[in-house]
Amino acid sequence: MLQYMIRRLLQIVPVLLIVTLMVFALMLAIPGDPARALVGPGEALDEEQLEIIRKEFNLDKPVLVQYGIWLSKVVRGDFGRSSQYQRPVLDELRTRAWVTLQFGIAAWVLAVVIAVPAGIISAVYRGRALDYIATLISIGGVAIPNFWFGIMAILVFGVYLGWLPAQGYVNIFEDPIEGLRHMILPVFALGITSCALIMRQTRSAMLEVLAQDYVRTARAKGMSEPVVIGVHALRNALLPVVTVFGLQTGRIFAGAVVIETVFGIPGMGNFMVLAIFARDFMVVQGGVLIMALAVLSANLLTDLIYAWLDPRIRYND
Amino acid sequence: METNSQSPEVVLDVDNLTTEFQTPEGLGRAVDGLSFNINKGETLGIVGESGCGKSITALSILRLVPSPPGNIAGGSVRLGNRDLMQISEREMRDVRGNDISMIFQEPMTSLNPVLTLGYQITETLRRHEGLAKHEATARAIEMLALVQIPAPERRVKEFPHQLSGGMRQRAMIAMALSCNPRVLIADEPTTALDVTVQAQVLDLIKDLQERLGTAVILITHDLGVVAETAQRVIVMYAGRKVEEAPVESLFANPQHPYTRGLLASVPRLGATTGAHSSDSRPARLAEISGIVPPLTEIPSGCAFAPRCKQATEKCTAAQPPLEETEHPGHRVACWHTDKVAV
Ligand SMILES: Nc1ncnc2c1ncn2[C@@H]1O[C@H](COP(=O)(O)OP(=O)(O)O)[C@@H](O)[C@H]1O
Ligand SMILES: [Mg+2]
Repeated sequence: MLQYMIRRLLQIVPVLLIVTLMVFALMLAIPGDPARALVGPGEALDEEQLEIIRKEFNLDKPVLVQYGIWLSKVVRGDFGRSSQYQRPVLDELRTRAWVTLQFGIAAWVLAVVIAVPAGIISAVYRGRALDYIATLISIGGVAIPNFWFGIMAILVFGVYLGWLPAQGYVNIFEDPIEGLRHMILPVFALGITSCALIMRQTRSAMLEVLAQDYVRTARAKGMSEPVVIGVHALRNALLPVVTVFGLQTGRIFAGAVVIETVFGIPGMGNFMVLAIFARDFMVVQGGVLIMALAVLSANLLTDLIYAWLDPRIRYND
Repeated sequence: METNSQSPEVVLDVDNLTTEFQTPEGLGRAVDGLSFNINKGETLGIVGESGCGKSITALSILRLVPSPPGNIAGGSVRLGNRDLMQISEREMRDVRGNDISMIFQEPMTSLNPVLTLGYQITETLRRHEGLAKHEATARAIEMLALVQIPAPERRVKEFPHQLSGGMRQRAMIAMALSCNPRVLIADEPTTALDVTVQAQVLDLIKDLQERLGTAVILITHDLGVVAETAQRVIVMYAGRKVEEAPVESLFANPQHPYTRGLLASVPRLGATTGAHSSDSRPARLAEISGIVPPLTEIPSGCAFAPRCKQATEKCTAAQPPLEETEHPGHRVACWHTDKVAV
């Protein structure tokens, strides 16, 4: 198990390198002069001054060299400076990442907490009314894009009914009630697709497992249905579902970009979009690194949960 | 003690059991008016080709037939003075694993892969005997030792994939016998195992049965297994009982053409096994042409008639009743065998 963890941790490194290098190259490929972007808008500089800036920020060097310089600083905790704000990137990213993390985790937890029981019920009552209702909702959840849910939620609950705030962000640790009220709609919009997907996956995994011989064995031992389903079937059915949990992390981060814009939330997604338009090179680079790290950590966590659930992996390694 | 007409020795009395399946082609009977009983400490063999309704019979007794599509349409299963077909599901759960246990053909898939052997055995003990966790664990270790699994203290903490097929089937047996059931139903317990392991597992079942006095229903398609283990045999075809006899009588005087066909297909004991494939389940029997009919195409007369060399018009017209032969306890359902004159 320990060996397995170490190996999985080491696998993260090359992925991070590749992702950041790709973004690095992409940013350079965007039309426009990075040196000009670096000094920010509204500053008129002549060619000579730009040349000095290029030298200072190594913009005259080959891409790989630039990347190497960036990387060597990052590993020492120096993410560079934001050209928009003229502040260290890490300070800017930290607060925003924290906001996104809150929404992401809430959406993820909400999705799992609703989807897994709904999937189980759907499988156990296969072909009955409950199953059809759940199936209908989940198909809608998968098919309809989450920004549309966001906009509809704003219209219905925010504007028309006026029950919940439709815009903005309140720190939940400063004002728990208002913070929570502000989270409800965006978290719902952010999590609904994942919720629907996890539910479908739980249902099909559960149906498959319920047909297995060991489920019959459990019944033949006189176990009650709740034990058969909750202990014998669920532990096995969760294995493929856990894999989906991990995949949802990436989806939720991608969704955050849209949802934060729709709801005006000062999170990573929103911030990154603005940074890309402003060609705030170091912010984009740092942001991508943090997002990639978050997704990879979630996948690692998923694998560990998987190994914990499945002794065949835990012991065969 | 019961005082009704049954012999006090009878532990399980199955009468006119009928189980149907709703298939896309229509309704079909997997078990058709099957009756038999089993005495305390006895081993009853149920034989027949694959698809004859043996497993569904076993599952029907435990009321575990998947429903839908299956449905127990009629009959009774008496355990002591209760009819298992009439009691509530809750009462039935107290019977399963406690009074009647079952072991299955596939030891690879019949144990839960994510739960330890210890958990799977103690679960039954805690459920039926109300043992505390440590007591149940001690019993589980005892049971594993009883089925001759080495180092049982270590094995209780292990998972099924860490055991060989034979060991898993031993663990299944330990689990099934842990609550001292009155009846053990073993559905092809050795079919999935290597030949050498098969013999060991059969010996184990035999040995434990003698020690614990459990009645065993041994389901198999292999008459060789029956010869070694059972005292009495039922031959099933298309959901019906076609012959019933003490084991010696069946082998000495097989009456039904189907039984004779099955016997002729048994590989001779002691024959060179080198050329023989280790797969002990032939798709077709060498001596009988054709296959078991699907549920919805079971002929209305004698179900075996289309495959029978001796079949006449009478066979296709009417279903033969089960009648006594000249040999004691030996009964057969065939129009063309010699029966005791009435
Ligand atoms: N779930 C099911 N749905 C429809 N038919 C079934 C089902 N299970 C078993 N059967 C049918 O019932 C008959 C008896 O099956 P089974 O008892 O498993 O045979 P055996 O154990 O003797 O090999 C077969 O024809 C089989 O196709
Ligand atoms: Mg079978």
